[in-house]
Amino acid sequence: MLERNDMLRQDPDKRRSNFDEVALGYSHEQALAEARRCIQCKKPSCVAGCPVGIDIPAFIQCMAEDDMDAAICELKSMNALPAICGRVCPQETQCEDVCVLGRKGEPVAIGRLERYAADHERKNIGPGAVERPAPTGRKVAVVGSGPAGLTAAAELARMGHSVTLFEALHKAGGVLVYGIPEFRLPKSIVQSEVEYVESLGVALQLDTVIGKLDTVDELLEEYDAVFLGTGAGLPVFMGIDGENLSGVYSANEFLTRVNLMKAYQFPGYDTPVKLGRKVVVVGGGNVAMDSARCAVRLGAEEVTIVYRRGEDEMPARKEEIENAKEEGVKFKLLSNPTRIQGNEANWVTQLECLNMELCEPDESGRCRPVPLEGSEHLMDVDVVIIAIGTSPNPLIPMTTKGLETSKWGTIIADEDGLSSREGVYGGGDVVTGAATVISAMGAGKTAAQAIDTYLKRKNTLSHDDVNLRAR
Amino acid sequence: MPYKILEKFQIVPTIHQMTIEAPKIARKAKPGQFVILRIDETGERIPLTIADFDRDKGTVTTIFMEVGKTTKQLSIMNAGDSLQDFVGPLGNPSEIEPSEAVICVGGGVGVAPIYPIARAHKAIGNRVISIIGARSAQLLLWEDKMQEVSDELYITTDDGTKGHHGFVTDVLKKLLEGNEPVSKVISIGPAIMMRTVAGVTHPFGVKTIVSLNSIMVDGTGMCGSCRVLVGGETKFACVDGPEFNAHEVDFTLLMNRLMMYRDEEKNALENYQCEREGCQC
Ligand SMILES: Cc1cc2nc3c(=O)[nH]c(=O)nc-3n(C[C@H](O)[C@H](O)[C@H](O)COP(=O)(O)OP(=O)(O)OC[C@H]3O[C@@H](n4cnc5c(N)ncnc54)[C@H](O)[C@@H]3O)c2cc1C
Ligand SMILES: Cc1cc2nc3c(=O)[nH]c(=O)nc-3n(C[C@H](O)[C@H](O)[C@H](O)COP(=O)(O)OP(=O)(O)OC[C@H]3O[C@@H](n4cnc5c(N)ncnc54)[C@H](O)[C@@H]3O)c2cc1C
Ligand code: SF4
Ligand code: SF4
Ligand code: FES
Repeated sequence: MLERNDMLRQDPDKRRSNFDEVALGYSHEQALAEARRCIQCKKPSCVAGCPVGIDIPAFIQCMAEDDMDAAICELKSMNALPAICGRVCPQETQCEDVCVLGRKGEPVAIGRLERYAADHERKNIGPGAVERPAPTGRKVAVVGSGPAGLTAAAELARMGHSVTLFEALHKAGGVLVYGIPEFRLPKSIVQSEVEYVESLGVALQLDTVIGKLDTVDELLEEYDAVFLGTGAGLPVFMGIDGENLSGVYSANEFLTRVNLMKAYQFPGYDTPVKLGRKVVVVGGGNVAMDSARCAVRLGAEEVTIVYRRGEDEMPARKEEIENAKEEGVKFKLLSNPTRIQGNEANWVTQLECLNMELCEPDESGRCRPVPLEGSEHLMDVDVVIIAIGTSPNPLIPMTTKGLETSKWGTIIADEDGLSSREGVYGGGDVVTGAATVISAMGAGKTAAQAIDTYLKRKNTLSHDDVNLRAR
Repeated sequence: MPYKILEKFQIVPTIHQMTIEAPKIARKAKPGQFVILRIDETGERIPLTIADFDRDKGTVTTIFMEVGKTTKQLSIMNAGDSLQDFVGPLGNPSEIEPSEAVICVGGGVGVAPIYPIARAHKAIGNRVISIIGARSAQLLLWEDKMQEVSDELYITTDDGTKGHHGFVTDVLKKLLEGNEPVSKVISIGPAIMMRTVAGVTHPFGVKTIVSLNSIMVDGTGMCGSCRVLVGGETKFACVDGPEFNAHEVDFTLLMNRLMMYRDEEKNALENYQCEREGCQC
C-alpha cells in the first residue's frame, strides 16, 4: 500500500515567532497522488464518519482524474465551507477514523484533499456566478455568524428566502475569527467564505446584540422565523482562589485579544495583551492548544499546558498536540490547579497544583482523575490562561419568554432544531454545548431545511392555524 | 457599517461631547446603559456610557475624557467623520422606581452618565438631589443640564474655585445626616470616588448604587475581561452590571485590574503622539 502523503509545514523554529499558517497544504502532484490512494470502496465507510455526509469517494475520484472543478462542486453540494473544514475538522475521529485503509495502514488524507480542492478553487477559479432563486417573500432572521449561522443563512438564501444575519461582534465568523488563530485558519479564508454567503443575498448586520437591541420576540414581528446560532461563548472559570488576579485570562479573552483584535500586532493595532514570560494554560482541548501556541508566538519563554488527565484523554486534535510539542509547549499532565497566588499589586505570581491519578472510567467513558493527597506544589507564572470550557450566553434565553434551556444553559431543540418556541430554531454550540465546526454546520443545514418546511406550511395555513407547531 | 458623528465639541478642557447617528440604539437606550465603539480597523473597542439619547432624532450622545490613545484620537475627530463600530445599548438599565428622595453623585466625567439617570427619576416624580464635583471650576460639566433635572443641586471643587471647597462626599455626608429620608444614592465617577461614597453611605444603611468601569473587550459576556467581585461573587460588569450595590463591591480589585495594561497604554500613547507630532525620541 502506498504511504500517505505528508503535508508540508512551516519549520517549528521559524513558526514559533510568526502567525502565518503552519500547514502549507499539498502540492498539485501530492494531491493527485493522495487522491489516487483511495480505493473507491463500493460501500464507503468514510461517508458515515462525516457529520454532513459528503460523498467522499465521489469528490476524491474527481481529484484523482485531475478535475478540480468537479471535485469542488461535489464538496460544495454538501458543505458550504470546505476550506475551513479541511483545516479544522477533527478528521482522525470522523471521516478518516473509519476509512478502510486505516485498518492496515494510514487512512486517506480526506481533510487535506478537501482543503486542496477548496484552496485550488479560491486561487484559480474564484467563486462562480451565483444563481439566485425566485424570492419566496418570506423573511428569516439568523442570529450569530459562526459556522452554524453562516450555513443556515446560506441554505435559506439558496431556497429563496430573504435572510438577515445578525452578529454581535464587528466581524462575522464566530469562533472562526475570534477563537481559532490565524496560523491555523487564516482569516482571509473565513472572510472569503463570509463574502460568499453575502453574495447569495444574505444581509449581514454586524455590531448587533440580539436581546439588547432587538429581542427575539421583536424579530418575530418582522421575520417569519428565527434561527439562533449564538454559540457557547460564556467562559467557565474554575472557581479557585486568585482567579481574578491581573494576568489571569479566560481563553476567550486571551484569544479574542490576539485574534479578533490582533494584539500580536500591538501597537500597530491598539488592543494590548500581556506577553508573559512564564505562561500556564489550563485545559487539554483545541482551545488550550491554540492559547498555548499563541503565547509561544507572542514571545513567552516557557509555555506549559496543565491538564488533569493524560495525553490520550486530551480532546484536542492530535495534529495540533504534535504541532504544539514541536513548537516547544511543555505538557504537565495529571495535574490540576488548586489556587493562584499573587503579589501586592494583584499580579499573578504562582500557581498551586495537585497531582492526579487516573482511576476507572466515568460516565463519559474517560478515566476519572483523582487527586493525590499531599502532592501540592507551586509553579512560577506571570500569565495564566483558563481553557476549561464555555457555556452558552444567557442573553437570549433571558430575554425570550418561553424559550426552554437545559441546566447547562443550552437551548433545548428537537432533531430539526425546533426550540420550545414556534418559529424559533437553534443549532450549533448553543444547542449541543461546545462541539465542532462541522457539527455546527450540520445543525445549521438541518434547521434551514426544517425552517423551509415550516415556512411553506405556514404559507398554506390560515391565520388561525398559525399557532400549530410545524412538524 | 460606519456611524456618523453629527456633533462633536470640547465642553471643558480634555472632556468632549460627541453625538452619533444611531437610530436603532437611540430607540432602545435606557439610562445606565453604555455603548462600545471602535474608531477604525486597527482600533480598540472602548466602552462609553450613554449620556443622552434622542429617540426622535435617532441620536446617541456620549461624553468622554482624554486619557489615552483611543480617547485622544477621538478628541481630534469632527462632525462628519465616522466611527467604524458603535454597539449598544449594552448593560442593564438603571432601576428607576417611585421612591423617596434619590441622591445622584457625579464626579468628573461621571457627571454625564449620571444625568439621564437623574432625569429619569425626575420624570417619574421622584425628588432628585444632585451633587456634582470636579477638580476645578473650569472642569465642571453640565451644571445647567443637571440643574434642570434636580430639585437641589450642590457643586464641589477640589480646589475651591466653585461651590463647596472639597469633595462630593463631604456634601453627601451632610445631607445624609439631615432629616430628609433618602431611598437611594447613585454614584458615578472615578473608582476612588465611588469607593469613598460607599464608605460614607454604609453607616447610614442607605442603598447605594455605583456604575463600574472595568476594562472591557466585547461587552456581551464572552470574554470575562470585565470581571469584578461583588458580594464575594465574580460578576461580569458588562452583562451583570454595570451598576452594582456599592457596599458589596471589591473596589481594590477593580482599581488593581484597571492598572493591568498601564505599561502598554503608555507605550501606545507615546507612539501615537510621536506619529502625530513628529518624534522627539
Ligand atoms: C479556540 C477554539 C478552537 C477550536 N478549534 C476547533 C477545531 O480545530 N475543530 C473544530 O471542529 N472545532 C473547533 N472549535 C469548536 C468550534 O469552533 C465551535 O464548535 C463552532 O465554532 C460552533 O459554531 P457556532 O456557529 O455554533 O457558534 P460560534 O462559532 O460560537 O458563533 C456564534 C456567534 O454568535 C454571536 N452571538 C452570540 N450571541 C449573540 C447575540 N445575542 N446577538 C448576536 N450575535 C450573537 C457570537 O458573537 C458569535 O460570532 C474550537 C473552538 C475554540 C473556541
Ligand atoms: C461601562 C463603562 C462606561 C464608561 N463610560 C465612560 C464615559 O462615559 N466617559 C469616559 O470618558 N469614560 C468612560 N469609561 C472609561 C473609558 O472606557 C476609558 O477611559 C477608555 O477605554 C480609555 O481608552 P484609551 O485608549 O483612551 O486609554 P488607555 O490608555 O487605553 O487607558 C486609560 C485607562 O482607561 C481604562 N481602560 C483602558 N481600556 C479600557 C477598555 N477597553 N474598557 C474600559 N476601560 C478601559 C483603564 O483604566 C486605563 O488605565 C467607561 C468604562 C466602562 C467600562
Ligand atoms: S467535512 Fe470534515 S468530517 Fe466531513 S469529510 Fe470533510 S474533513 Fe471529513
Ligand atoms: S473508506 Fe477510505 S478508501 Fe474507501 S472510499 Fe472512503 S476514503 Fe476511499
Ligand atoms: S467585556 Fe467581555 S465579558 Fe464583559
